[in-house]
Amino acid sequence: EMSLTDKDKAAVKALWAKISKGADAIGAEALARMLVVYPQTKTYFSHWPDMSAGSGPVTKHGKKIMGGVALAVAKMDDLSGGLLELSELHAFQLRVDPANFKILAQCLQVVIAIMFPNDFTPEAHVALDKFLSNVALALSEKYR
Amino acid sequence: MVKWSDFERAAIQDIFSKIDYDVVGRAAFSRCLIVYPWTQRYFGSFGNLYNAAAITSNPKVAAHGKVIMAGLEKALTNMDDIKTTYKDLSVLHSEKLQVDPDNFNLLGDCLTIVVAGQMGAAFTPEVQGAFQKFLAVVVASLRKQYY
Repeated sequence: EMSLTDKDKAAVKALWAKISKGADAIGAEALARMLVVYPQTKTYFSHWPDMSAGSGPVTKHGKKIMGGVALAVAKMDDLSGGLLELSELHAFQLRVDPANFKILAQCLQVVIAIMFPNDFTPEAHVALDKFLSNVALALSEKYR
Repeated sequence: MVKWSDFERAAIQDIFSKIDYDVVGRAAFSRCLIVYPWTQRYFGSFGNLYNAAAITSNPKVAAHGKVIMAGLEKALTNMDDIKTTYKDLSVLHSEKLQVDPDNFNLLGDCLTIVVAGQMGAAFTPEVQGAFQKFLAVVVASLRKQYY
């Protein structure tokens, strides 16, 4: 695990401060994008009547995902502890294959690059990529 | 043989017609060296790669960004047989440069991010899908001669 340095944490917090007002839109767009670019991920949402961008389920779930990201930002110094309940949810109830965390992380980064091209510098990118990898690890902790 | 839909062909051609090769090549390659610093292992002769500022201003990095884009241009103009087009490039990367092919995906990720930043909202989910399919074919072709 490539753990977060103080510099990484500061960079993530600085980026989050700039993008958090648009968090709901980022989440919805990233999720919609993931369902199109990685169609195998649709298998987790077969109960949704509509998977298109802008639809009710996608908008609502995108917001939920970003709520999780916001929690992770707040609990950055102890992701395992802070994301314990979410890890249990993903491990025992949702049983999302952890490979998908990386896929969603990539879609989030593409959306941030589109919406905030000047803020998503290489330095911000590496810090966010490390952060999201650590979030994925924390979410995977309870799997087995 | 890879099948391209009309949409995919058009989307990929459109991306390459819109981007500035020098800007994108340099930005994507330097981003790769910064975000995935272990990739620097292949560029010991490039001089100062000490930090992000050094990497983004390094003239050898900029020059190599152009080399990468020229390689992608070859795939773009031979979309129906990238595998054959890339045979020598694959041998080069495998036998001479000895690049771990997983690195191709890392560079591909950075290209996607840079192109997304350049194109903005025009980089729709469907366009992203087409671009990533193109990159996947490029990567598979580059891997083909490894043994």
